[in-house]
Parts: sequence; structure tokens; C-alpha cells
Amino acid sequence: MMPSVMTHKGLWLALGLVALAVAPLVVYPVFLAKVLCFALFAAAFNLLLGYVGLLSFGHAAFFGFAAYCGAHVTKEWGLGPEFALLTGIAVGAGLGLAFGLIAIRRQGIYFAMVTLALAQMVFFVSLQAPFTHGEDGIQGVPRRPLLGLIDIQSNLSIYYFVLAVFLIGVFIVYRTVHSPFGQILKSIRENEPRAISLGYDTDRYKLIAFVLSAGLSGLAGSTKVLVFQLASLTDVQWQMSGEVVLMTILGGMGTMLGPIVGAAVVVSMQNYLAQVGALTTIVQGVIFVVCVLLFRRGIVGELAALLRRRRRPKDSAAGQEKPAGQAAPAPGRST
Amino acid sequence: MIDFLGVPMPVLMGQLLLGLINGAFYAVLSLGLALIFGLLNIINFAHGAFYMLGAFVAWLAMQYLGIGYWPSLILAPLVVGAFGVVIERTLLKRLYNLDHLYGLLLTFGLALVIEGTFRQIYGISGQPYQLPASLSGGINLGFMFLPKYRAWVIVASLVMCLATWLIIERTKLGALMRAATENPDLVRAFGVNVSLLVTLTYGFGVALAAFAGVLAAPIYSVNPIMGSHLIIVVFAVVVIGGMGSILGAIVSGFMLGVFEGLTRVFWPEASSVVIFVIMAIVLIVKPAGLFGRTA
Amino acid sequence: MTKLKTALLAGIASTALAGAAQAEISDGVVKIGVLDDMSGVYADLAGEGSVLAARMAVEDFGGKIGDTPIQVISADHQNKADIAANVARQWIDADKVDVVVDVGNSAAALAVQEVTKDKGKVHLNSTAATTALTNEKCSPTGVHWTYDTYALANGTGRALVEQGAKKWFFITADYAFGHSLEENTSKAVKAAGGEVVGSVRAPFPNNDFSSYLLQAQGSGADVIAFANTGGDFVNALKQAQEFGITQSGQRIAGLLVFLTDVHSLGLESTQGLTITTGWYWDQDEDSRAWADRFAERHGGKRPTMVQAGVYSAVAHYLKAIDAIGSDDGKAVVDQMKELPVNDMFAKNGQIRADGRMVHNMKLVQVKTPDESEGPWDYYKILSDIPGDQAFMPLSESTCYLVKQ
Repeated sequence: MMPSVMTHKGLWLALGLVALAVAPLVVYPVFLAKVLCFALFAAAFNLLLGYVGLLSFGHAAFFGFAAYCGAHVTKEWGLGPEFALLTGIAVGAGLGLAFGLIAIRRQGIYFAMVTLALAQMVFFVSLQAPFTHGEDGIQGVPRRPLLGLIDIQSNLSIYYFVLAVFLIGVFIVYRTVHSPFGQILKSIRENEPRAISLGYDTDRYKLIAFVLSAGLSGLAGSTKVLVFQLASLTDVQWQMSGEVVLMTILGGMGTMLGPIVGAAVVVSMQNYLAQVGALTTIVQGVIFVVCVLLFRRGIVGELAALLRRRRRPKDSAAGQEKPAGQAAPAPGRST
Repeated sequence: MIDFLGVPMPVLMGQLLLGLINGAFYAVLSLGLALIFGLLNIINFAHGAFYMLGAFVAWLAMQYLGIGYWPSLILAPLVVGAFGVVIERTLLKRLYNLDHLYGLLLTFGLALVIEGTFRQIYGISGQPYQLPASLSGGINLGFMFLPKYRAWVIVASLVMCLATWLIIERTKLGALMRAATENPDLVRAFGVNVSLLVTLTYGFGVALAAFAGVLAAPIYSVNPIMGSHLIIVVFAVVVIGGMGSILGAIVSGFMLGVFEGLTRVFWPEASSVVIFVIMAIVLIVKPAGLFGRTA
Repeated sequence: MTKLKTALLAGIASTALAGAAQAEISDGVVKIGVLDDMSGVYADLAGEGSVLAARMAVEDFGGKIGDTPIQVISADHQNKADIAANVARQWIDADKVDVVVDVGNSAAALAVQEVTKDKGKVHLNSTAATTALTNEKCSPTGVHWTYDTYALANGTGRALVEQGAKKWFFITADYAFGHSLEENTSKAVKAAGGEVVGSVRAPFPNNDFSSYLLQAQGSGADVIAFANTGGDFVNALKQAQEFGITQSGQRIAGLLVFLTDVHSLGLESTQGLTITTGWYWDQDEDSRAWADRFAERHGGKRPTMVQAGVYSAVAHYLKAIDAIGSDDGKAVVDQMKELPVNDMFAKNGQIRADGRMVHNMKLVQVKTPDESEGPWDYYKILSDIPGDQAFMPLSESTCYLVKQ
């Protein structure tokens, strides 16, 4: 991202990995595992918002419905966690394809509303389908041994399992963003008509990105099932779609680290504000408003900008990773 | 008795009428959304919260000031509309030169704050609001018992929709609004205060939501989350109607109410998703919506 | 970390083995965690009021057992099962909480049941409605205190048929909770000699019940039963009044209605409603005295049945610890099952093998505005439903702890 960090990237990465590896010795591992699940979810979401400039308001459908299916597969069919995760990916991607085919024709606000409405349909299905057990949710999902061999019963081992899934997921996002495919996505974000005039079938690229993002969200959802051993309606509700938007924007969209930081902040907030009633909702709303008005680059984006300014005081304008919103064409007009 | 697909005709008539009444709420709410969207290019996610505020202001006025239903029908939209004006002036205004998605996100945050605050103060179980005495009871239509209040709801919302439509299509103010929607810079060049026009439009759209809230107070539970479920359905209605279209918002509001009513007769379990299914079909067949201008 | 846990577990096991005489209270404190929805649908009927009820139980016990202090902590699970599970785990692992109390919302309650069962800690549930807590998800350390869907459905169903309301029509919220409420009530209605003339599944959540009410109106039923709760119930009832249902001679039965629902709807809309409740604050001298003390500290609001249930459950739990001198989860619950429950909440209540606290339920009718003497004076008690008739028979329980 930033040149200065780029040079030390290996060092930072190693430091980060070490921190993640020793973290559960200091912080409660189940909580950390939850943070990682949401961080992966937000990273998948950011692939769409930050790098393609599409705001989906229906990602809870992929996350939550994949969670149900993953839970069902491992609880009722007795399959191992690897199958739960694969099911999660497949369900997320499948739903993503269906959503994408309908929604991708619309941009900007329309896209947001269409995904929201479609996700609401998934919510109703989740509420009524017998296998989800309505408001009881799927409870007591077993943590079966990984590949039939490796025990993931204890809190610590489930943490490292989730960490591995998280790293793989984030690596996929990273590779996608830094591939030629990712470059095309960014060019769509910057100027879609130009991308079209260069001969790219932008709808197809957007659809692929959407399916990828949905599949990874499904992975995050089914991983969360293994951590909490339950799947419930919370994860398919539209409020969850709002939460993942909040995580991404708060952390900084269009950055690799942003969604992860955002997820950590939001999840901690829910956990530690749990003592003060409806304040959680109000605080979340206030953060939304403040972010949109004052810190559109998010925590990571603002920090990066600050660093850039300090290092190169004269050349402060040269930011590479512009937040999607400021660069994307006005969707209301271009349709 | 004449049957239609196994359902007695009188029952069907009754359900159609009820659907139309529900459609009245959709129409008033989606009309407000469409107005705001037309001029500000913002999807007002807080619309459901303003609807809730309308009902709550009516309840508060009744509870603490002894102001009854009829004055509240005027007063609550004014109060909430004024609140909307303040929000437009202080917050939304800062976002106009950015991507419109930020408007969506800001109003989403606002909705959380407003609903959260009311939940904190008034809890969630809802407040009692009685039917106005003059509208209690009902009329026997032969095929159904129609409560007077429902009849009033449909008349009031039709009048409101028609009046709004007339203002926009037939008055000078409306002409200016339409012009400002098309080309704000040009209208500004003619010496029109576009910024004021925008503020007033937002205030009016919000007031419409509050009006629907007051209409809803006697028959629906007055609680802080009463708007949050409704708003998603209304979004779908607006998408089906075609985003910028005033007429589309009104017509599709009523029409979808009827569709939903029919589903309740033939397949009640599906009535919560029928609007979203219609939306998906419309988007596939006619991406710009039924009344929307195509790209 | 794991070593520490094994050591701890071993410690617990050995104390359990050592028996009551040598057992002692772990970590020198009895910690009670009230885990509830403080801002959502359960906030008014349980929420902060439940925390207060737990505090009052501790205060009335003297604040300590012998020399061991008793602490109450609380948290908001925001109606999210994963947060509930997380908080419960963290409380037990890190904060040394001995008992998790209340837990409204079925999904959250079942999640907490899993965690507490796994860790051998106590779960005293008052607010959740699901019968799963004492059936397929029962736990040797879980007790379900106040009510469940079976008791409510059964109580109201049977009582109304006995009063001559034979033909029933259901308006059911279309999800598992509504279905089980309808199913249980139908069974009770048929067993008592009534019949079900129709039912309709309304989507959940739902604003407008008019079309369902119209169908119910035309069905010729004596009773229209709402198998829903919360905002849906409020909407359905308001609209039933608007459509003149009760004026035309049909009765309305709410299957899961709390005192706070009646308070928020007002007597004008709710009068005449027949309800089954686990407890009513004005049922006798003891309950009134306790409710007065509660209201004084809760902004004048009278306690609901689940808040009273929290008080009763916590008090009983403390008594059991006092009796055996240990706070080992399994041992305490076993002791709780030995002792009858006798307090302002229940007379001769008994906790069964499946964890169900069996006590008399009450069939009540909502007063008319003229009968009521003021705010919170809402119910007149029609009859007591003996515990053995109110709750699911132990022989029908699918709980593995019940010897077949």
C-alpha cells in the first residue's frame, strides 16, 4: 500500500503473524476467533466495496445462510469441519451468483437496495425452513476432528484452526486484488465507461468479483458456526449486512488491513458495551455518521494518509488507494 | 355464491380492499422516498425512522399535551419535517459533492441513532394509541366489515398522493423542482435558490413519512422498530416502480398492496416474500423499473 | 491455559467426589451472572428488572453465604445467540461465574444451556419460552423456572374449552415458535372436547393482520387464538378491536402475553383477554409485598412473571448452596431438586429430573377499565392450574435425564 510499508512488508507481516499466534495467550481465544471470522467476512465484503465500488446491503444472506448449511452438514449429516466450510463456500457462492445475475445490472444505490431486498428473501426462507429450527437456531453443532484426524475441540485449537482459515481467505483476497483481474476491477471502480470502451465485459468481471466475495463470506459464516457451535437468525438479519458495512467503512475500505481493524473494533465494542443496554445501537449509529462525515477513509486509511503526510510533507496529495466512493462515477446519473 | 379459484367472491373482494389499504401506506412512504431521491439523489434509509417518529410524536402529544388525533395529523408531520430540515442543513448538505452511497450510509446511521434512542427511553413493547372516537366502528359492505378508520386511511392517503402529484406536475414550484432534478446548475443560473428547494423537498418527504406514521398509530403497534421492517418492503416498492418516478411510486405502492393481499388469500406463507419476488422479476425484465426511465 | 483448565476441572471433580462435608465454595465468591436482552423485545419484560430481581434475592439472603460474599453481574446479549454464548463462556472461564440467570430469547437460552452443560455450571432460565430446555436440550445443571410454551398453550386451551368456547381458529406466526404454540394448544383443545375449525399462518414479523382476522371472523369460531408474541401480538390485538371482533361475540385468546404487553396496549384494547401466567404480582400477600419493594426500585413498574421467577430461582439456588456448602453446579442443582420451592413465587414448587420447575400456573382475565383501580391493576385471577396439569408430563419429556 504505502511505499514505506512496502519495503518493510515482510517484517510487518512476520510481526503480525507472531502477534496473531501469541494473542490467545493474552486474550480470550473464542473472542479472538470471533474477531477473525468477522474480519474475514469484512475482508470479503471489502473486495466488492473497496475494489469494485459496489455497495451490497445483502451480505448477511451469504454469511448467515452459509452458516446454517454448514451447521446442518456437520451436525445432521455427520461430516467433518472441512465439509462444513466447503458447503459454506458453495452456498455463499451459489447465492452470490443468483443475487449477482439479478443485481449486477443496477449500480450504486440501486444495487444496494436490490441486494438488500434479495437478502430479505433469504431471511424469510431461513426463518421458515424446517432445517433452521426458526428462532431456536441450530444448536450444539459438534466440532468434529479436522479431516477425521486433528482434534479441534479445545478453545485454543479452534482458534488456530480459524486463524488458518482466516489467513487463507485473506490471502485469496490479497491475490485477487493484486492480480491483473484485480486491476481490471479497480479500473471499473475508477471509470466504468472507460473500462467498457477498452473492451472489457465489465458486468462479467463484476459478477465474478461478487461471487468470489459471496463465497468468502460463506466461508466466514460457516467458520463462525464451528467457533460458537450454533447458527442463528442473527447472522441472516439485515442488521448484519449493516454491521459488515460499518466494519469496512470504520476500518477503511479499499485497504487490506482496514476491514480487519474495523471488525476488531466493532466486535470488541459489542462485547464490552454489552453492559450498557441500547447504547450499542446508538454508538454504532453515531460511528456511522461520524465516519461518513469526517473520516471517510476509515481508521487505516486516515493513519496511512497521516503517515504519508509526515514523510512527504510537500507531496501529500499522491494517495494511491482512494476510497471507492470518491472515485466512482455518480451512479445515479450514469444509469 | 360465485367462486374464483376456489375462493368465494366476497372474501376475495374483502381481501382486495384490505390490500389496497396496505398499499396506501406503501404509496405514501415510497412517494416520500421518490421525491427525496429525485432531487437529492439520496436513498433515505432513515425513512422508516421518520415514520416511527411521526407515530411517536402523535403519541407524545396525546400523552403529555392532550393533543388529539386530528391536530396531530397536521402537527406531527410539521414537527418531524422540521427535524428533517435540520438534518438536511447540518448533515446531508456536506455530502452532496460525494458519491450518493454516502447519503445512504449516513441516513442508515441516523436510523440506528434515532431508533436506538427511542428504544433506550421508551423500551420496545410499544405505546397505546386509541382510534379517534369519530372513526371507531365500521360499515358493513355486504361482503365484509370495513372499519371506518380503514376507509379513512385510504381516502387520506389518496388525497395526499394526488395533492403531491398535482403540486409537482401542475404548479410553478413543481416545475422548478422537476427542472432542478434534471439540471440543478441551469436552474441556479436562473436565480433560483436550489439549495432551499432541496432542503424543503427533504423536509416534505420526511413529513410524508411522518404523516404515514400518524395514520398508522391507531392500528399498528407504536414502537421504536415499527419502521425498520416496513422500510425494506418500501425499498422494493420503489425499485419496482422505477426510482425517480413520482407516479411510479404511487401506482406501484397501491398495486403491490393488492398483490400482497391476494397472496394472503391463496398462499399466506409466501406473502412476506411476494414483493421481493416481483422485484426480482421486474429487474430481470425491465431493469429500470415499471415507470423508470431506461438508461 | 489448557493445563490450568485440566487442573481446575480435576479440582472440581475431586471436590464433587469428596462430598458435601468437605466441599467448599470455589474462588471464595458466589458469582451470579444475569444475561439478558437489555434493549430488544425482552428488555421490558425481563431486562434490567431481572437484574434488580436477582440483586434483591441476594440482598434478602444477606449478601453472603457464611463468610462467602455473593456478587451479581449482568450483560446484554442483544438478542444474539453468539454473543450470549460468548459472554457465558467468558464469564465461566475468566470471571468465575457460577450461575447464569434469566436469558430471554430461545436461541440465546439454548446456546447458554450448551455452554453451562459443557462447563458444569448452573443455568437458571426464567424468560425463554422454549420447551427444548427440558427436552432434547436438557442439562443436569439447567433449570427452567417460570413457564414454557406447553404450559401456556395447555392452560389457556383447556380453560377456555371448559368455559364453553369449543370452536377455535388460530392465527399463527409462521416459524417454529408459533407452530409449537399452535400444536400444543390444539392438543389441549381437542383433549378437552373442543375442535379446531381453521388456522392461518401469518408471516413473521407482520404489521397487518386484517386479512387473517377477516378469515377468522368468517370461520364461525368461538375463539380466535393468537399464536404469536410481542409486536405481532400487539398489532393483531389492536386490529381485532378495530374490526369489532369481540363485539360480535368471538373471544380472543393470547397464548403468550406478558403484563408489560397489557400495560403497553392499555385495558381498552385488552379487556376480557384470557391469559395463562406463571405468577401475578397481586396474587397474594407475599407477592404484593415483594412487588411493592420491587416497584419502588424500578420506577414504579410492577414485576412480570419472569422477573419474579428470577428472584425465586436465585433465592432457591442460594438456599441450596447454603445447605450443602458447595457451589459445584451438579451438586447444587441436585440439592435444588430435593428442596421444595416455597416463596412468594410458588407454593410447593418442585424441580423435576428434566429441570422443569413445576408449580401452579394461573388462569387470569384482563380487567375492564372500570374494574381496574389504576396502572398495573390488570388481572383478575380466574383459577389456579395445578402444576401437574399445567406442564408437560414427565413421561412425555424426551430429556435423557428422565429414567424411562
